[in-house]
Amino acid sequence: MTAEAPAHTPEHHDGEHHTSTGLSNEKLAMWVFLGSECLLFGGLISTYMFNKGRIGPDDVGPNDVFDIPFTSVSSFVLLMSSLTMVFAVSSIARGDLRGNRIWLATTAALGATFVAGQVYEFTAFYSEGLGFTTNLFGSAFYALTGFHGAHVTIGIVMLMSLLVMSMRGNLGPERAETVEIIGLYWHFVDVVWIVIFTIVYLFPQ
Amino acid sequence: MATVTPGSADTAQASDESMREATPTAHAPEEHASAGGHAHPSNWLYVKVAIYLALLTAFEVFTYFETVHGWGDTAIIIMLVIMMLLKFFLVVAFFMHLKFDSPIFWRLFVFGLILAMAVYMVMLTAFRFW
Repeated sequence: MTAEAPAHTPEHHDGEHHTSTGLSNEKLAMWVFLGSECLLFGGLISTYMFNKGRIGPDDVGPNDVFDIPFTSVSSFVLLMSSLTMVFAVSSIARGDLRGNRIWLATTAALGATFVAGQVYEFTAFYSEGLGFTTNLFGSAFYALTGFHGAHVTIGIVMLMSLLVMSMRGNLGPERAETVEIIGLYWHFVDVVWIVIFTIVYLFPQ
Repeated sequence: MATVTPGSADTAQASDESMREATPTAHAPEEHASAGGHAHPSNWLYVKVAIYLALLTAFEVFTYFETVHGWGDTAIIIMLVIMMLLKFFLVVAFFMHLKFDSPIFWRLFVFGLILAMAVYMVMLTAFRFW
């Protein structure tokens, strides 16, 4: 008489969790983390807003370096990666493991394209004379967009980890919530870029 | 897997019917519950949200080039902020599932957001930014 317990049961399959709130603790923790990330990016964005005009008459400023068509395309790429991420979440919830792998890989590829665009942009700006310590605009710009790029890179690492887990057979429908939580992080990174793109690139200088 | 929490069963059923009408292919999934217990909309709804996001982004970029043609800066900024908030809401509500999930998650996120906005508004005011 041995009762076989499942190897991994994060919650009941009726959606109820054995927690005091009845909600997933992991998901709750991610939302608290994302709430705190608002403060981090709020600080960086307001610092940029404060310093963007503090440049000398001969200094390199936003109008000299920004390439709006290029950044618009990379913004669109990141936006579409959110769509592929929700497809990844919905496919694993349906038990479609192959579809989940395809969408995770697509999301990671789109994220990598965005980061590659950012690296190209930074290189172009540097060659035009805007370094991290050139002026306050440069420092604030690189700090803000660099932190965001680091977040996207961490997201790509997490997506690739999920992909490896899936290929090893460790990511089944019972762990759909893990994909959903990584998805929350990914969408947050997208949401932050929506704000950065508007305030940093599109606001009249 | 495809179970819905009792509290949301009616809502899920009602949305389910509207989703089926909007779903163009038989293959597309209808509303279903995730491991977290809340209902997910169909993939077609996600595609529609992505189309709205793309259109809003295109219009945002359009306003940037129109600045050259003499629109006032204040009008441009107001329009951009409205479109930015719309995009923000669409991603948070639909892609992050806050529209379908427990309100506790929504409150936690909005608390962080409002706190950040309040703190940095005060900071910018203190530095006479406005």
